[in-house]
Amino acid sequence: MSDAGAIGLWGVPLAILGGAIRVSTPFIFVSLGETITERSGRINLGLEGTLVFGAMIGYATAVLSGSPWLGILAAAASGLGFGLFHGWICKFPKVNDIAIGIALMQFGTGIAFFFGKPFIQPVAPHLPSLPLGWWSSVPQVQAALDVNVLFLIGIVLALLLAWAFRNTKVGLIIRVVGDSADAARAMGLNPNTVRLLATAAGGALAGIGGAYLSLYYPGSWTERISSGQGLMAVALVIFARWNPIGCFLAALLFGGAGALGPALQSVGVTQGYYLFYAAPYVLTLLIMIATSSPTRALTGAPGELSITK
Amino acid sequence: MADTTSSAIAVSPALAKPRVDLLIEQLARRSESIAIPVGAIIVGLAIFSVFLLCLGKSPVDFLSLMYKGGFGSSFSLENSLTRASPLLLTALCVALPARLGLVVIGGEGAVVLGGVAAAAVGVPMLGLPYVLVIGAMGIAGMAAGGVWIGIVGALRHYRGVNETIASLLMAYVGIALMNHFVEGPLRDPASLNKPSTYPIGKDYMIGNIPGMDVHWGLVAGIVACIASWVLIEKTTWGFAARISGGNVRAAQIQGLAVGPLIVGFTALAGAFAGLAGMIEVGAVQGDANASLAAGYGYTGILVAFLARHNPLAIMPVALLLGGIDAAGGLVQRRMGLPDATVLVLEGMLFIVILFSETLYGRFKLFNPDLWLRNRQ
Repeated sequence: MSDAGAIGLWGVPLAILGGAIRVSTPFIFVSLGETITERSGRINLGLEGTLVFGAMIGYATAVLSGSPWLGILAAAASGLGFGLFHGWICKFPKVNDIAIGIALMQFGTGIAFFFGKPFIQPVAPHLPSLPLGWWSSVPQVQAALDVNVLFLIGIVLALLLAWAFRNTKVGLIIRVVGDSADAARAMGLNPNTVRLLATAAGGALAGIGGAYLSLYYPGSWTERISSGQGLMAVALVIFARWNPIGCFLAALLFGGAGALGPALQSVGVTQGYYLFYAAPYVLTLLIMIATSSPTRALTGAPGELSITK
Repeated sequence: MADTTSSAIAVSPALAKPRVDLLIEQLARRSESIAIPVGAIIVGLAIFSVFLLCLGKSPVDFLSLMYKGGFGSSFSLENSLTRASPLLLTALCVALPARLGLVVIGGEGAVVLGGVAAAAVGVPMLGLPYVLVIGAMGIAGMAAGGVWIGIVGALRHYRGVNETIASLLMAYVGIALMNHFVEGPLRDPASLNKPSTYPIGKDYMIGNIPGMDVHWGLVAGIVACIASWVLIEKTTWGFAARISGGNVRAAQIQGLAVGPLIVGFTALAGAFAGLAGMIEVGAVQGDANASLAAGYGYTGILVAFLARHNPLAIMPVALLLGGIDAAGGLVQRRMGLPDATVLVLEGMLFIVILFSETLYGRFKLFNPDLWLRNRQ
């Protein structure tokens, strides 16, 4: 109670706003990455594993080198590796991209725990944040607007991707491959190569999302670092209709839902804590129910995507 | 019409073939679905051995410890069988929907809710006859799991919601619900360090199979696997399910009730996982607590894929994975490897087995049409 005492119940929406910014950042990166992959006609459910491994390798690199930015780089590189592997193995006939994703989810998590054990204790330097709440004297406002740099990069990236899909040659190539592999082949493009690169790019972004978890918020490496963000981000892409700007907004919404439990706890509501903890999952599910349809294809869905067929 | 005549001509010489040839032909065709998974497991172990070599550990030590800890003595074999029994049920939770073409991976949610429901129903009934209490717990567990995964199937069919993502989200929600009940309404105030429900008590525990240190859950799992095999292979429902799995449109045109089939199969699948949770409570834990989320639902995914969603094949594969789990502790202690070693091995096996799907139909050896014709 004492924390929010000064501004009373206004602390709840403020804490949700601050939480939304903090919690949404990994969602932004993973969902933007998955958007690139899915636009090319593949789905990578393994991003959950990539996220956890990125969190581990990012933290480990930051501990050993002393630089959180090197950690981000290492996480992106490892995510690139996972993505390349997924993209390569899925080009073989009869290999199911969803099933490979499940396997990579388990493998990525396992290998992260395997090598991450020695890094549970040491403390890594955190990523910097910008105090955008300097104009206010209320500590809650300052805390809510203490925005991390990756969040801002995420905004730029979302805008950039939205522009690139519409206006660049690369964006067009990805979309063609995603909508019709036959049309792409007729244009002389190799769908497998394009998908390989798109999956690799998606993996790299998911790795960065993971590094954010361990290097900023919650800001340490533990085996319980991810609570399914990688997977929820995949669902979020469908909700956002494969639109980068939509991904960003949806990620904010999810972040807010995730911050609901802790925010209510901070003003003394402890009843049903675990039910609030389930809020983001329930929200994801409700959104999927509301936006799916058994009869018509989803608007904006890449034609080659196995998940919407 | 031309098609039928040409195939009739193609068949007639085969009928005239000597029986030995036919037998060899059958054997060759059948052995593909065994040889490729077995080969994949060997390749997976080989890759893991290379991984160990890179870390400076001996793969020979690893394999011999694995054998010793999983299958080497009657004690370790009983341990493996105990660990295999929930896997039999959670693998069915993946395999049954898979025959309808659905990838359901949220069995963990059904397991934990099945366990909580069993404890919630069983504890107030204590004092009533044993059979009644255990029966009610079983039904409660199966109902909870069945509803949980049945919802996933219904959402898939009637709303077009992707079942893979939905089931995994439902698993997270299920685990949150379990934590809520175990730490809230159903909590035994005496359980301080590890929040649990009230225990069902020694008298109501599920005992061991006579002569073995393995509880009756193993029998339940084996019966469930055999029954599922009969259901899929020998009944009209199973036939209809396989048709819908092959081609939903074709099934609908044939007038099959695809919706009820999907909901029924997913509910049955969830009921099996719920039963696994009930058995965890009734035979192992004695109450419902957070240990229910021990990952049986996730290992079950691997078991089902390794068994290629064949309920009979699930039995040996579950024993193998149960053995790997059982030996994990010993291997990790003796070789100084982290706890996650088993996870890494399982992940590698999973990837290799999925990759091996691409090999079906590529080997001449398994396709008698290719080599028998040359001989004649």
